[in-house]
Amino acid sequence: MATKTDLDVGYVAKLARLNLSDEETQLFQKQLADVLQYAEKLREIDVSHVEAAAHAVPMFNVFREDEPCDWLTAEEALSNAPHRAKQLFVVTKVVE
Amino acid sequence: MSRPHPPALTIAELQTLLRRKEVSPREILESLRARIESVEPKIDAYLSIDFEAALKEAEKANVDLPLGGVPIAVKDIINVAGQACTCGSKILGNYRSPYDATVIEKLRAAGAIPFGKTNMDEFAMGSSTENSSFKITRNPWDLSRVPGGSSGGSAAAVAADAAIAGLGTDTGGSIRQPASLCGIVGVKPSYGRVSRFGLTAFASSLDQVGPLTKTVRDAAMIMNAMAGHDRHDSTSLPDPVPDYTKDLGRDLKGIKLGVPKEYRAEGIDPQVSSAVNAAIKQLESLGAEIVHLSLPHTDHGIAVYYFLATAEASANLARFDGVRYGHRAKDPKDLLDHYGRTREEGFGAEVKRRIILGTYVLSSGYYDAYYIRAQKVRELIRADFVKAFEKVDAIISPTSPVPAFKLGERTADPLAMYLADIFTATGNLAGICGISVPCGLAKVNDSQLPIGLQILGKSLDEARIFQIAHAYEQSTDWHNQRPKI
Repeated sequence: MATKTDLDVGYVAKLARLNLSDEETQLFQKQLADVLQYAEKLREIDVSHVEAAAHAVPMFNVFREDEPCDWLTAEEALSNAPHRAKQLFVVTKVVE
Repeated sequence: MSRPHPPALTIAELQTLLRRKEVSPREILESLRARIESVEPKIDAYLSIDFEAALKEAEKANVDLPLGGVPIAVKDIINVAGQACTCGSKILGNYRSPYDATVIEKLRAAGAIPFGKTNMDEFAMGSSTENSSFKITRNPWDLSRVPGGSSGGSAAAVAADAAIAGLGTDTGGSIRQPASLCGIVGVKPSYGRVSRFGLTAFASSLDQVGPLTKTVRDAAMIMNAMAGHDRHDSTSLPDPVPDYTKDLGRDLKGIKLGVPKEYRAEGIDPQVSSAVNAAIKQLESLGAEIVHLSLPHTDHGIAVYYFLATAEASANLARFDGVRYGHRAKDPKDLLDHYGRTREEGFGAEVKRRIILGTYVLSSGYYDAYYIRAQKVRELIRADFVKAFEKVDAIISPTSPVPAFKLGERTADPLAMYLADIFTATGNLAGICGISVPCGLAKVNDSQLPIGLQILGKSLDEARIFQIAHAYEQSTDWHNQRPKI
C-alpha cells in the first residue's frame, strides 16, 4: 500500500476538475494524510484468497423489456438548465 | 379526555382517529404547521415546506389507504415533484425536482402526503448535519448539540413532534445514528429492498432509503408501503415484500441474539455501554437467548467504508458540472475553468475532501492498493456476518458509541467525525438490514441525551428485526420519552 506522503492534493484536485484554494489544499493534505494513516491497518489483512466485492448483493445481467413509456418532456428536462436556448442546453465552448 | 394533539401522535394512532373521523387530514396538517412554527426557530430541521400543495392533497386524501392522510417529512436528497431538492448543497440551491422518486410515488399511492424537505449534511456526507450549506439543525434534547447525521433534519423533526414520521437515507449510518441521538426509531433496509430511483446518489453500492419514526410499528408501516422491486433500479431486489407488521407482538422465545465482542471496544461512553447491557438483559428476560460471538473484521469497517464510499461519490458527483442543472460559474474562460470553478463555488469543504480522497483511491497506481483492497476486505466483513447469522437471528450493539456531541466539537477533525459510524457502517458494507431503537437516556451535565440500541438482521430479514425491536420497545418506556421543547 502507498504511504501517506504519496497524496498530492493539488494534483488530484486537477484530476477531479475541482479548483481548491491554497488554504484548502494545505488543510486537506494534512487531514487526508491522517485518514490514510488510519487506513494503513488494511495492509495487515491477508486478502490473497479473497475476490473483490463491488456489491454486497451480487446481481448480474439485470435485463428487462425495453418498453416505451411516458417520461420527462424536453421542457421538463431543460427546466433546471443554468443556460439554455430554445430546446437546447448552452455549454461552454469546447473546441477552439 | 383532552383532544388529541396530532403532531405528538404516531402513524398508527392517527390512522385510528382518521378512520373514526375524529380528526381530518386537514386538521393534522394545520396542527402540524402550528407545531413546526413554534419549534422550528429552535431546531431548524426543515429546508423547505409546501403546506399549500399538501393541504390540497389532504382534501382528497383517502383515509382507508394504509398511510391515508399521513404527512411525511422527506430528506432533501429524495426527489419530490415540484419541490426543491438541494441535497443540502449550494450547487443545487435553485434545483426543483421534475419527477417523484419511486419511494415518493409508492408513499403517495399508499395515501401519504410528502409536505416538506428536511436538512442534511451536504450530499449526505457527515454525521452531524453541520455540513449543510444552508443551516445548522439542533438536537431537540439539547439545543447546543448535534442531531446526528446525515439525516439530522428528519430525526430532529420527528423527535420534536414537528413531523409524524420522516424519510432518511443511510449510507454508513445516516438514518440509525441520528435516530439514536434524537431518541427515535430509524431503519436501514437491506441493500436492494427499497428503490434508489430518484434518490440523488452518494455511494450507490451502500445507499438505502428508510424511515425515521416514533415507534417500530410506524417504521414497519412505512416499509410496507415503500419496499419492493422497481423497474427503474436494476439493484432493487425482486423478492416479494412480506407484511412487516405481521410479527409485531410475537414473543422472543427461541430467538437467538448475537453480541459481538468487537462492539465492546474502547471509546464507548460508559453510559452507552450500561444502557446497551441493560437492554441485552431485558431482551434475555423476554425470552431471547444471548450468544457471544466475534465479527473479526469489524475494526476495519471505517477504513473500508471511507475508501469505497468516497470512490463511488467521486464518480457520482461528477454529474455536477454546471451543464444541465445546478450552479454554473460565471464567464468561464474555457471548459476546464468552467468545471473547476463551478465545483469550487458549489461544493462545501467535506464534499471536496471526499471527492479528493475518492479520486485518489481510484487513480492510476493506487487503485489496486486502496480501492481493490478495500473491496476485498468488504467481502471479509460480509463473510463475518454470513457466518454469524448461521448461529443467530440478529446482532445487538450500540448504534453510536456516544450520545449527541456538541455543535462544532468534531468539525475540525474529519477522522473523529468518521468514527461516529463505527458500529453502523459495516451493516451497509454487508448489505444487511438494521434498526435503531431508543434504549436509555444519558445524563450529561444538565441534559438528558438519548441512547440507541442497534439490531442488525440478515439481508431481507426486516420482519425479524421489527419483531425484536417491537418486543423490546413495548417492554420499556424509552419510546415514550420526549424532549421538553
